[in-house]
Amino acid sequence: MTGLELQQYLDFAYIVAVVLFILSLKFLSSPTTARWGVLAGEIGAAIAVVVTLFNPEVAHYKWVLIPLIIGAGVGVPLGLVQMTAVPQRTALSHAFGALSAAMIGIAEFYVGTTPVTRFAMGEISLEVIIGSLTFTGSLIAAGKLQEILPQRPIVYRGQNIVSLSVLAGALALAVALVVNPGNTLLFPIMVVVALIFGVLLVTPIGGADMPTVISLLNSYAGLSAALLGFVLNSKVLVVAGALDGSSGFILSVIMCKAMNRSFTNVMFGAFGQVQVAAAGAKEERVVRSASAEDAASILGVADKVVIVPGYGMAVAQAQHKVRELYDVLTKKGVDVRFAIHPVAGRMPGHMNVLLAEADIPYDRLIEMDEINGDFPQTDVALVIGANDVTNPAARTDASSPIYGMPILDVDKARTVMVIKRSMNPGFAGIDNPLYYLDNTLMLFGDAKQFVNSIVRELTGAGAAHG
Amino acid sequence: MPPDFISNLYVFILAGFVGFGVIRAVSPLLHTPLMSLTNALDAIVVVAAIIIAGRQETQLTTVLGAIAVAASFSNMVGGFLITARMVRMFKSRGSKQS
Repeated sequence: MTGLELQQYLDFAYIVAVVLFILSLKFLSSPTTARWGVLAGEIGAAIAVVVTLFNPEVAHYKWVLIPLIIGAGVGVPLGLVQMTAVPQRTALSHAFGALSAAMIGIAEFYVGTTPVTRFAMGEISLEVIIGSLTFTGSLIAAGKLQEILPQRPIVYRGQNIVSLSVLAGALALAVALVVNPGNTLLFPIMVVVALIFGVLLVTPIGGADMPTVISLLNSYAGLSAALLGFVLNSKVLVVAGALDGSSGFILSVIMCKAMNRSFTNVMFGAFGQVQVAAAGAKEERVVRSASAEDAASILGVADKVVIVPGYGMAVAQAQHKVRELYDVLTKKGVDVRFAIHPVAGRMPGHMNVLLAEADIPYDRLIEMDEINGDFPQTDVALVIGANDVTNPAARTDASSPIYGMPILDVDKARTVMVIKRSMNPGFAGIDNPLYYLDNTLMLFGDAKQFVNSIVRELTGAGAAHG
Repeated sequence: MPPDFISNLYVFILAGFVGFGVIRAVSPLLHTPLMSLTNALDAIVVVAAIIIAGRQETQLTTVLGAIAVAASFSNMVGGFLITARMVRMFKSRGSKQS
């Protein structure tokens, strides 16, 4: 077999892998076929990796096999993390993907046996800049989600000007390299400047904006892989990168729409900082609180209950207790459903995964647009650790920072119950008029413990009746 | 402009449209597994990393390539593993066993 023929076999194998990748995403359209999607992706990836090991260019195996083993050693524990840790794991994997793409781009630059053309220089520079900023940006995002770094936005005066100047600096260095590709000393400086920009980009963004930021970083990671495909003239990378990039992009658009905000507003708006001052001016208003016993007796006689989970449920790890509540109520003949806001939690789909982990059937998890019309016929809306996504000010108060954001209309339910630690507003400092409504009962306490007490009351009452 | 660039651009644009088509059809229930799955697919850059590391041209490129192999392969292994775990959790009422 000559070298050319072998190359053709390799290319053919990559085409098979690409087809399997597309099928893999297609199977993800429904939970019933999703596991076939994972299988298709795994087979495609395995084919691509195995045939690459037979590429004659791979002359030495030591520094291929050792890193493969290390990679598997790191990847397995990262694949086995708790479901509550999935957002930070995802951010970390964006960092790894971008790191990998940046490293390959840098290596390609330093291979430089033949003089690099200006066009190739432009491609490599762009690829390395995006890879580098995505790497550090994703690390910061992962740090915030893991709460190693503060989740609140970190801002200072003139921040956007500083950040954009750093980005402009990186791009200027890239232009200088394109003009004179021989000026190789500029290359590492450009990489460092891009790494710094990634830090500056994500540091000012608050925890509540993480679903958008994670999606955007996902899109960048895909873009860097696709650009790498251009640099190396590798179609399989172009396709995989384009798929990943478009996925991240679509999710970013969905997240932005669900918050009624633009990309630029998320990236440069430093949301949640300005409102702190405004929150001081609120008058004393009456809040009605209730005990677990009261809550249980209302839930026990309800026909229709909608539970609205938010990030607070994830923090309190309350999803398994929520499932017990679901079971008890369902056994009593209560119709229990879950209302899922697209930005509830810290990443797209976060609540669905947590509730699915707790064995709640997925046909009980209802999207915002589908369930909003049902709230007027709902006896009890039980809000667990969600805040802004239920804030009626988004509909009515044009001065509210979240005005125009689509929300779950829980205030239209006959009774609203909100489990919350205290009246303390979150770091966004946005007051929620929902808490002061006549039909709202505040259930103060830790989400997990409170749900547990409700479950105990319900089962105890059941025994008393029987 | 090199001819390869044009053919790559074709592939990029067409794959982008395919991506939009299939991903818009993904159930919002599965947006978290979607992200971990695309991450695992994106880790296909490992094939480029393997070639860089395996060529052993210079010490620097070998080190960079080796880091890239480890980073992307961990994404591939971890990404498929966690996606498989997640999609198995999604059960309908009919298939619920307990």
